[in-house]
Amino acid sequence: MSRSANFLFTLVFFIFAGSNLAHAEFKVEISGVGITQIPIAVSDFRGQETSPQKISAIITADLKRSGQFKSSPTGVLLDENSHPDFNTIKQNNIDAVLTGSITKLADGRFDIRYRLWDAVKSQDLGGQSFIAMPGDLRLVSHRIADQIYEKLTGDKGIFSTRITYVTKQNNRHMLWVADADGENAQAALTSPEPIISPCWAPNGNELAYVSFESRKPVVYVHDVGSGKRRVLANFKGSNSAPAWAPDGKSLAIALSRDGGTQIFILDAKGGEPRHITQSPSIDTEPVFSPDGSTIYFVSDRGGSPQIYRVPVSGGAAQRVTFSGTYNVSPALSPDGRWLSFVSREANGYRVQLMDLSTDKLTSLTESSQDEKPSFAPNSKLIMYATKASSREVLMTITLDGKIGTRLAGQSANIREPHWGPFLKP
Amino acid sequence: MKKIIWSLLIVCLLAACASGVKLSDVPVEDKSGAQVNNSQGKDADKASKSPNSSSSSAGASSSSNAANNSNVGTATASNLPEAKQPTAPASGNAPASGNAPASVNAPAPVNAPAAADAGIAGPANAAKVIYFDYDSYIVKPEFQAVIEGHAQFLKSSQRARVSIEGHTDERGSREYNLALGQKRADAVRQSLTLLGVSAAQIESVSFGEEKPAVAGSDEAAYAKNRRAEFFYK
Repeated sequence: MSRSANFLFTLVFFIFAGSNLAHAEFKVEISGVGITQIPIAVSDFRGQETSPQKISAIITADLKRSGQFKSSPTGVLLDENSHPDFNTIKQNNIDAVLTGSITKLADGRFDIRYRLWDAVKSQDLGGQSFIAMPGDLRLVSHRIADQIYEKLTGDKGIFSTRITYVTKQNNRHMLWVADADGENAQAALTSPEPIISPCWAPNGNELAYVSFESRKPVVYVHDVGSGKRRVLANFKGSNSAPAWAPDGKSLAIALSRDGGTQIFILDAKGGEPRHITQSPSIDTEPVFSPDGSTIYFVSDRGGSPQIYRVPVSGGAAQRVTFSGTYNVSPALSPDGRWLSFVSREANGYRVQLMDLSTDKLTSLTESSQDEKPSFAPNSKLIMYATKASSREVLMTITLDGKIGTRLAGQSANIREPHWGPFLKP
Repeated sequence: MKKIIWSLLIVCLLAACASGVKLSDVPVEDKSGAQVNNSQGKDADKASKSPNSSSSSAGASSSSNAANNSNVGTATASNLPEAKQPTAPASGNAPASGNAPASVNAPAPVNAPAAADAGIAGPANAAKVIYFDYDSYIVKPEFQAVIEGHAQFLKSSQRARVSIEGHTDERGSREYNLALGQKRADAVRQSLTLLGVSAAQIESVSFGEEKPAVAGSDEAAYAKNRRAEFFYK
């Protein structure tokens, strides 16, 4: 690793750096069975039993949650200098082997090293070393998982990205920022009044959300690094449903200031909003297409809430969903291929996936109170809120609906998830 | 060191309070985004900035110990803009790292202070809640008398300001429900203006499904939650 890259990592670690308070731990529960998964053997990292984090366990949980891996232990302890015994490994139908170590340095930091092997070709796929503060060991583990995921699947990993969500316990509403596995959660806002619809700015540093702290819905923009926040929209009536344009310079937003709820575009710095829709019906829940040219939104102009799309530059809205009488909360995959939304079916509210090139629809879950789907930045997973045993929980699910994991552990009700973007390393 | 941090925190909170007092003279009902940025936004900034000042900005520096810095600055929303008395940080929330702010919530009673000097309580004898049918925002005839009571009051007290707060039951999308609640509030507002109340006296807002009147997931609870409430400021 070059020196400049090393510096970058230090910087990134700093931005991500989190306190290690275990006040909001989640556990991953795999609830489905996949079909084509890459079998990987993961060795315990040498030295991790005395380190603050079990590096190999974090990496394994990440890989499993993606739905694309099944893992097994290596049986023997292998570090980055070991040469695995491929004859034995191949007999167990293992395609890849991860080895590594973690060593505490004199200054209190840790040296984490790993090496990935292609077991089929008995080939060294490379590795890396990281120097990190104890509080950054989870992040280093997620970065290693990202690198393994990318090497073995060809897609970018999302394990080092962040999510936001809201919890409610008694009358305490809290806005959180957490790692993509739900761990390392840190409160960004505490309020006695509801908070809804948090969403990440494309820069990954700011959140927009709706807070009712002044006895009406007002949209705020909140810098998660500094904790500074500002009012973005507090017009007469209700201000809600913020969604960032892909360039981060403006937001789509739902305002009722002229009567009825309509969609506007507002400069990220504030100012006078511009009408996108003008109808006597409800128009809300806007989201931008990844290229920024189109806004998808929910409207009841046809008699029931359905998803429509309209060019940002102006023009007629076009209906997108036709089946059922209640289709809401649209989310677009960052690669532009998929539309996810919540549909009311006979058995309740469920996350749907539409292939935008064929309009083919799949119902992804078997739960009945799903809300707010949100795509991972690599477009391979969806996070959503639902209820399990009358508690509000967050789930992730693969786009084939086969691998679902529950991010559990918060004692409060968890809701309103939104998955943050890739961050530039 | 810890003492210094706390005193800094308290000083900044006081500063935030002080500006809050001044800002309460500014008309709040209806203004452009820019104006609001200058008021509430700044207020919140101050309140949230203070705790972070001790951490020398976790996001930017790359020199000090990353592990001891929380990367997420915590802000605390006070209950109402009028809530002017932040309490001391709750000791139970004091963070181990020393830089993250504890909760400084002042859960002020909802109908509290500012109403005392400026606000006008609503009509003494009119109901404050109107109920709606499922998926409907039509004001039913049985509530016409309630609307007329409020209309009369608002016309006779031109200084009175009312917020019509729309609500829905818990089923479905939170944002769509916010828009449905807005329709209910707008319907009540329209009934009032039809009776001659000045639009400037009324703001219709929505809480969607966020503030149910009663807990529960059955039709009895839903019926109590599909409502619009009059709130005199």
